[in-house]
Amino acid sequence: MKHTLILIFSLICFLNIAQETLEGTILTKKGDQDIPLTGASIFWLGTKVGTTSGQNGQFNLVFQKSINQLVISFIGFKSDTIEIKNKNRITHFLTTSDSQNLDEVTLTQRRKAIQKSYLEAQNIISVNSAELLKAACCNLSESFETNPSIDVNFSDALTGTKQIKMLGLTSPYLLITEENIPMVRGASQAFGLTFTPGTWIESIQITKGSGSVINGFESIAGQINTEIKKPFSDVPLFINLFNSANGRQELNLQGNKKWNDKLSTSLFLHGNQRTQSMDQNGDNFLDVPVSNQVNFLNRWQYTDPENGWVGFGSIRWMNDEKQLGTVGYIPNTDRNSNSIWGSEVKTERLDFSLKLGYVFPEIPYQTFGFQSAYSSHIQEAYYGTRIYEIEHESFYGNLLFNSIISNTKNKFKAGLNITFDHYFEIVDRFYFDRTDRSFGGFFEYSYDNLDNFSLVSGVRVDIHNNLGTFLTPRLHVRYLPDPKTILRASIGSGKKAANIFAENQTLFGTNRVISIVENGGSIYGLNPEKAWNYGISIRQLFNIGITNGDITADYYITNFINQVVVDWEQNHQITFYNLEGPSRANSFQLSVDYFINEALSFRFAYKNYDVKTNYNSGFLQRPLQPQNRFFANLGWETKRNEKKAQWRWDLTYHGIGAQRLVETSRDVKGSYSESYGIWNSQITRAFQTNFEIYAGMENFGNYRQINPIIGVENPFGADFDSSQVYAPIFGRMIYAGLRWNL
Amino acid sequence: MKKLILVILTALPMVVMAQEKVNKNTKLSFKVTGNCEMCKKRIEKATFSVKGVKMANWDIPSNIISIIHDPSKAPVEIIQKAIARVGHDTPLKKADDAVYDKLPMCCLYDRNKM
Repeated sequence: MKHTLILIFSLICFLNIAQETLEGTILTKKGDQDIPLTGASIFWLGTKVGTTSGQNGQFNLVFQKSINQLVISFIGFKSDTIEIKNKNRITHFLTTSDSQNLDEVTLTQRRKAIQKSYLEAQNIISVNSAELLKAACCNLSESFETNPSIDVNFSDALTGTKQIKMLGLTSPYLLITEENIPMVRGASQAFGLTFTPGTWIESIQITKGSGSVINGFESIAGQINTEIKKPFSDVPLFINLFNSANGRQELNLQGNKKWNDKLSTSLFLHGNQRTQSMDQNGDNFLDVPVSNQVNFLNRWQYTDPENGWVGFGSIRWMNDEKQLGTVGYIPNTDRNSNSIWGSEVKTERLDFSLKLGYVFPEIPYQTFGFQSAYSSHIQEAYYGTRIYEIEHESFYGNLLFNSIISNTKNKFKAGLNITFDHYFEIVDRFYFDRTDRSFGGFFEYSYDNLDNFSLVSGVRVDIHNNLGTFLTPRLHVRYLPDPKTILRASIGSGKKAANIFAENQTLFGTNRVISIVENGGSIYGLNPEKAWNYGISIRQLFNIGITNGDITADYYITNFINQVVVDWEQNHQITFYNLEGPSRANSFQLSVDYFINEALSFRFAYKNYDVKTNYNSGFLQRPLQPQNRFFANLGWETKRNEKKAQWRWDLTYHGIGAQRLVETSRDVKGSYSESYGIWNSQITRAFQTNFEIYAGMENFGNYRQINPIIGVENPFGADFDSSQVYAPIFGRMIYAGLRWNL
Repeated sequence: MKKLILVILTALPMVVMAQEKVNKNTKLSFKVTGNCEMCKKRIEKATFSVKGVKMANWDIPSNIISIIHDPSKAPVEIIQKAIARVGHDTPLKKADDAVYDKLPMCCLYDRNKM
């Protein structure tokens, strides 16, 4: 058993899944007072995985999925064995051993859905499935609404796709991986986040700053990794239904089968559609597209702890169709007409992946792994008379070796990576064909003094046919001057090829003239983007009575050495050129998390962005980038009663400051949008642990942009522009759904 | 709880015995008396201070340390001596009273437990 646990544990580490922990507090009652117990031992029944409670009775323990019995004991007190069903925070009262009154043993559970890292050198924020349930809906792009580190923006008035930003930079500057395999990149940059249904997600890890070198050189502002539910630990059957007042319906069916103790498989089926035409603002354009998506995933997991093997295989197929533009547009008859403006975006994607891991049975700190993935992404789209088609075929392979230098305080990871990407694009009447090939090696060393200092330092060398041969260094340091204060610093570089059309697909919803100022580079005639990222962060934990919370402040600087500047400044034009002069993104974030009592938690964040680029027309703040943002979230949940029934309620506020607008026929040069706030709320009723219904309202303050599309009266004219959106198009929206685990 | 410790204790000698063949990654477990998280840090640091110790994990509830070491470089006696030097009793070497007395309050384990 012990052996098995060590193995499983190291396999998990090896696959880079951020450890999930169970947190809690051990107390005892003395009269009416709650006295925290320091030094109580807490461990998983039948294992040696355990810890002791620290100051204020708090503890933090690696979560064990396979064992649900937790033993809590302390000299002079009765030992208790309690059942743990999930990672919810626990508070447990021990009674003295001479007291025979067992009724005093109470157990309450509390969600801590967002976890900031304590042990890692990198600034990692883990989001578990409890947090994901707080968002209205339904896919990865909507999963960040209650997370202050990531800003959700409205990218355009046609597709209604939500773009995410981190540290003031858009998603192309983030490395977005699924189980550590790069996922949302290249052709899938515009809509890729909407291709992962929310109910498939087990957890998300967000790394601020440059991150690890293992998964590649592309991350500049941060990394987002999504873990999909694992066949080994998934429930046999899960059903989710969702319906919203803006005409969107979703269905999720998930089944799981364990063939034997080593092999298990999961089948995920997702469908969503919006059949209703919605035009709240009366501009005769759909506020949100009419769409449908079918998404299918089959995963296999093989685990053999005795011999140290673990393997994952998956196949995934997705088809997504959207129709946008004029209300009542009929593609068959109206396409190519010069009177009715319409658009269709069709995407078909196929993914395969295979992963293998091996733990040396005699030395569990030494592991070996192999990851590979293939994807084919085909998007066919036209926007009025404009055409944008892209085919992207991609292969990724990674070999990884983990071991130690003299002892487990000094660990290293070394490996090789190979990537292949082939792009074929049709942009209006032009063709672009490009192949990217890279081969790289990396080495990452981590040191932990087992006390208050750790560092992760990595470097990689890549040989790339279009980016050249280059070094990518990264360094992350963590230091605890005292156990409640965590200081972190990071520095690193990143480099990427800018897929200018895929990353800025909103430009096709305009009649702007595209120009590329070529300078002999290998990617659309442009040179690759390169930047350095520096960050510092301080996190202070605090206690008020038995409640606890933390305050975090961080500051990140991204300095571009080279960039592909996307210049919207000239009316009727969009220009791409390489940076001349400075370009930077500085971001400051102050956030407070506070657990007011067992039922109530509060989160607040203030963010300041100074994102300036040297355009042809001057050194200017990035358009549509608010300088100030506020975020607040109040969460309330009742204790689960004997039947495990529970109420949960959430209230979220986003305050968005003024955004600079570019000159168009609607906005004069140098104007700013007004600042505004959005309120969302959701209530959930859990009848049992496995059945819940929920309902919510998004944007119940009903704030919206009245004239999101410029030149809407003549969509074939030069003024037409749907890309300049700074506020929601859709007002108040009600939704409801149910979740059922069998 | 007591039963459990008993089970672990009886199971451990088997693990140790199974590893008798000298190899550079030998597993080793023994009892080290101590109480808390602070003890854990101190014990593990002392263990790692011996060259040839590759992995060390002291478990608080059972007071058992699990080690992977190279016995030719880091023999058991040397490891236990290093642990005893920082104030924790081991099967082969007891800590000096003077060192034990200087441990912080929470670390003053029951010396009769060994």
